[in-house]
Amino acid sequence: MSEQKPVAAAEVGTGAPAAPAFSRNEMMIVAAARELAGQRVCFVGVGLPNIAVNLAKRTVSPDLELVYEAGVFGAEPARLPLSIGDPTIVTGATAVTSMLELFGYYLQRGLIDVGFLGAAQIDRFGNINTTVIGDYAHPKTRLPGSGGACEIAINARQVFVIMRQSARSFVERIDFRTSPGNLGGAENAARIRREQGWLGSGPSVVVTDLGIYHFDETGEMRLDSLHPGATLDEVRATMGWEPRVASDLATTPEPTAEELRLIREELDPEGMYTK
Amino acid sequence: MSSKVASMRDAVADLVRDGDTVAIEGFTHLISFAAGHEIIRQRKRDLTLARMTPDLIYDQMVAGGVARKLVFSWLGNPGVGGLNAIRRVTEGPDASLEMEEYSHFGMVARYTAGAMNLPFFPLRSYFETDLPKANPLIRPIESPYGDGTVYAVPPLRPDVTVIHAQRADARGNTQVWGLLGCQKEAAFAADRVIVVVEELVDEEVIRADPNRTIVPGIVVDAVVVEPFGAHPSYVQGHYDRDNRFYRDWDPISRDPALTQAWLDEWVHGVASRAEYAAKLGEERVTSLRPSAPAPSGVVDYGTYR
Repeated sequence: MSEQKPVAAAEVGTGAPAAPAFSRNEMMIVAAARELAGQRVCFVGVGLPNIAVNLAKRTVSPDLELVYEAGVFGAEPARLPLSIGDPTIVTGATAVTSMLELFGYYLQRGLIDVGFLGAAQIDRFGNINTTVIGDYAHPKTRLPGSGGACEIAINARQVFVIMRQSARSFVERIDFRTSPGNLGGAENAARIRREQGWLGSGPSVVVTDLGIYHFDETGEMRLDSLHPGATLDEVRATMGWEPRVASDLATTPEPTAEELRLIREELDPEGMYTK
Repeated sequence: MSSKVASMRDAVADLVRDGDTVAIEGFTHLISFAAGHEIIRQRKRDLTLARMTPDLIYDQMVAGGVARKLVFSWLGNPGVGGLNAIRRVTEGPDASLEMEEYSHFGMVARYTAGAMNLPFFPLRSYFETDLPKANPLIRPIESPYGDGTVYAVPPLRPDVTVIHAQRADARGNTQVWGLLGCQKEAAFAADRVIVVVEELVDEEVIRADPNRTIVPGIVVDAVVVEPFGAHPSYVQGHYDRDNRFYRDWDPISRDPALTQAWLDEWVHGVASRAEYAAKLGEERVTSLRPSAPAPSGVVDYGTYR
């Protein structure tokens, strides 16, 4: 997308060191990484979750156990993995397992605290589509499909989502439900999860390039924090429903110089995720 | 003689037949592009291609005209975008490639059921999703012990499974380190198995470290020695993923004429993997080597008489 204007540093006082400008993608990655503070075991999804989780491991959550569906528990990546099956997730890891063990013993057994997913479409209740846009048999766009996302959404104790926000991605009705969220509402979802013995409690955080959402008692997304430079009008223009907004709406603290350095110099020097 | 060492040409000619279900497995790691290219070169037809992540190799095989159907769980060019040759035959009103879609755990479970000779494998996936509607082979079943519903997937028994590995002996005893994916399950599930290796070793090397054996020779039909056979994917300890190639494939595969020209040059235009590696050039190959060794610790198995 082209509308990633760098945001100027807050102009407060004189003589204070100017904070570096940052892009909206960088703000999104930093905000997502900060949400992992205090978490223990994180299942790392394809794409944006990969850089967010690796930033968290270098900042707010150094003891975080990174789990990759390719069959790695306790990864210590020396570089940002180019894919979720990169050799750097193996060298120095705690354990390499078959994928049967990883999905069976680790995920389905309930050892994953946070499943961190990306999405092509999401609805107000955090249900996710990564399969098709349009009709399944004759899709307008064929997306990658579930990968491990369907079982992560069901079996991880909670689910975090990171994705760019647009009218095409934040929709009233998703075209295909690949990964269940709060279904049609929290009450119904909690009953189904309990009756069917799911270990996961569903989505708890959605971080976008505009802000941070959590889920309220009805199971619907609520905007709790707006990123610096983003406006409520922009938020409304990029979602298919009228968003709930927290009465004490916060402003997301800007990325620190160190967070930006880690992204730009160590994790994504080619700007694959941030450009 | 018990040696199963064969050339790639002979192994594919003897063991892969038109109409077969073929699984070239390996999750990001150890993808046998060499076998895929030989299947294209021999112009096999009407194959059902099974793989968790079709990756560039199945995009190339679909473009090469060998496939009738795809069985998969994640369809993309990892870290880059879509698989354009496959998208061309699966999107819109003229979609012609048949698709059968699962989640990752579902695909692993299918190979496992195949490997264990089970009629299905149960798992706690698919609840409240549209996947069982899209694929009616994913079915809910009641626990016979009265404690709820799970989903079942059917066994996947490929006619041929191809796996790439660091090393094997001439009888097909195969050792892998790094990501294990579902190669063990896919090999045990298959009727015929081709193992492609970076290095052929003596049986003593295998026996010195039996924990590292993922597939015993008893289920292997052919051992093909084809160094660099997994490029542009990677082999732990031997070479890295060639990310440049994964990116270059995107514009090539967007254009049908460019795609065919690439196949003509890099698949039909080379007789073997050695020729392919030579064509790629020493500099490119060297640039993919690990920057430093990271040997495992040594364990002591002990001798017991």
